[in-house]
Amino acid sequence: MGDLHQQLVQMVDKMPAFPGSVNKVLQMTSAIDCAPKDLVQVIEHDPVMMAKILKLVNSAYFGLSREITSIKHGVVFVGLNTIKNLAISIATMGMLPKTGPAGLSMNEFLLHSLGTASIAKLLGKQLGVTSDKATDYFVGGLLHDIGKVVFTQFMPQEMERALKRVEVEGISLPVAEMIEIGADHAQLGGMLAEKWQLPHALVTCIKEHHSAELKDDSNKVLDCVIAANIIVKQVGFGSAGNLIEDRLPDHVSARFGMGLDELQDSIRNLDEELEKATAFIRV
Amino acid sequence: MLQFTFRGVRGSIASPGSKTVKYGGNTTCIEVRAGDELIILDAGTGIFPLSQTLFPEFPLTCHIFITHTHWDHIQGLPFFIPMFVAGNSIKIYGGQDPVTGNNVQDVLSRQLEYAFFPIREAELSADLEYISLSENQVTNIGNVEVVNVLMNHPAIDYGYKVTCGNKSLFFTGDHEWPYNIYDPEDDDYRLFEDHIAQKRKSIIDMIKEVDVLIVDTAYTDDEYPAKKGWGHGSFSSSIAMAQEAGVKHCFFTHHEPTRSDESLEKIFKEALDKCPNKPEYPKFYLAQEAFTFKI
Ligand SMILES: [Zn+2]
Ligand SMILES: [Zn+2]
Repeated sequence: MGDLHQQLVQMVDKMPAFPGSVNKVLQMTSAIDCAPKDLVQVIEHDPVMMAKILKLVNSAYFGLSREITSIKHGVVFVGLNTIKNLAISIATMGMLPKTGPAGLSMNEFLLHSLGTASIAKLLGKQLGVTSDKATDYFVGGLLHDIGKVVFTQFMPQEMERALKRVEVEGISLPVAEMIEIGADHAQLGGMLAEKWQLPHALVTCIKEHHSAELKDDSNKVLDCVIAANIIVKQVGFGSAGNLIEDRLPDHVSARFGMGLDELQDSIRNLDEELEKATAFIRV
Repeated sequence: MLQFTFRGVRGSIASPGSKTVKYGGNTTCIEVRAGDELIILDAGTGIFPLSQTLFPEFPLTCHIFITHTHWDHIQGLPFFIPMFVAGNSIKIYGGQDPVTGNNVQDVLSRQLEYAFFPIREAELSADLEYISLSENQVTNIGNVEVVNVLMNHPAIDYGYKVTCGNKSLFFTGDHEWPYNIYDPEDDDYRLFEDHIAQKRKSIIDMIKEVDVLIVDTAYTDDEYPAKKGWGHGSFSSSIAMAQEAGVKHCFFTHHEPTRSDESLEKIFKEALDKCPNKPEYPKFYLAQEAFTFKI
């Protein structure tokens, strides 16, 4: 894993973002009167742009004395124009293909990430977090599968075999990745996030989103992302190649005081929120 | 001992001529004398006249702090004569651009590329050192302390606080207070307001009760709305900043290149007349080239 990690860390700098947001960023920023809030919204809906910008603004060479946890936070602390130019520099790296290995639709993948993000935020609000904290829940959900994007982009053959195993053998994707690559996407994503100096809570969300047992650093954000990741699959919104339905870990269900079905039913505005996510990426 | 002399007070582009004789036409450069140390804030065209006064001090040691790398703040750097003379020691400090990864040395090397300048960076005879600063980094120079503060501008801009004994001054470089990009009816409006308040507090906390504030005040309040987002302050925003930070003396700088001496004095007077109550401090001044202030 050490070598693989090193290799990927270097390649990831060149990883392009999703086609829809790349097009939107290039189009918006070529107009002089581009509305800042529209640009922020595009970045907030693309896991690759989000991760890379958070990485850059939190990087040691930039040396900020505080953690930047969201794009809006970044806009205020490092300035709108800097965020805009970071987005442009990412957009000019090209774009992810529409289809990944084994026919994995990157659009479906994006829907899965956005769906998880929206649901995690709703769950967070349900647990009583304030709306500024709810942003962290959204970001956690959006980025939880970032390791998967890295695998599909830089290890397509291994990922193709892993996805086939999921289909044929009925094993879970992390298990299949372990066999084919020697690491799963949660581990890899977590390590990258650490390396990128992303905020600690975010690193945990990425690293532990498949952990069923209660870990020491289990926290509200993580529990909401775990639950959201399961619910979004249950309602069949988007797809990220993992066909096995996880069950809701006991400590997560204890956090909400209910089981999976009940939890899903308890979310108000679920369809409406998911509809918003779809509408946004269709435009 | 802490004193400073304005060597350039213009924004954007140098503007010599009969209409700017009094306040001066050079772009940003401030000579700071702190104890025995020479600290230079920004290297606009004003650094050239400054450099001509420095020959008696050779071999010279000096510290140049760059707020940001927009042209009007670095244009004079290749003409800083002490760089060409062996025995001089010059340290240049600045931030690192997160978009390009460039630091101050990269910027100077580009300024000195063959197409732009006849002498290459490698050919400079003085002893040059470049230091990339991270946010709020403290630099100690003898018994002088310089701390940078991340401001808000279309490029990464560090304001610098210079402290010597119990005297201190702060220069913003180019700065516009961040504003809300959402409309009051948007969901994210409040959240963004909170971020803005946090940022404002982080800056004000750093400059609380400095003796002197030198602040980017490019626009009148009437001009500002059309220039919102360009990264510069207005008389109102600068006055509010000086009052909130509880400074003693406040100098308005980064004068518009098209502003004549006469109109500068007129808008200055109008801005001060608008201030409702006038306590003894802060006292307000227009930054003027060659003017020296001893704190
Ligand atoms: Zn300027
Ligand atoms: Zn500037």
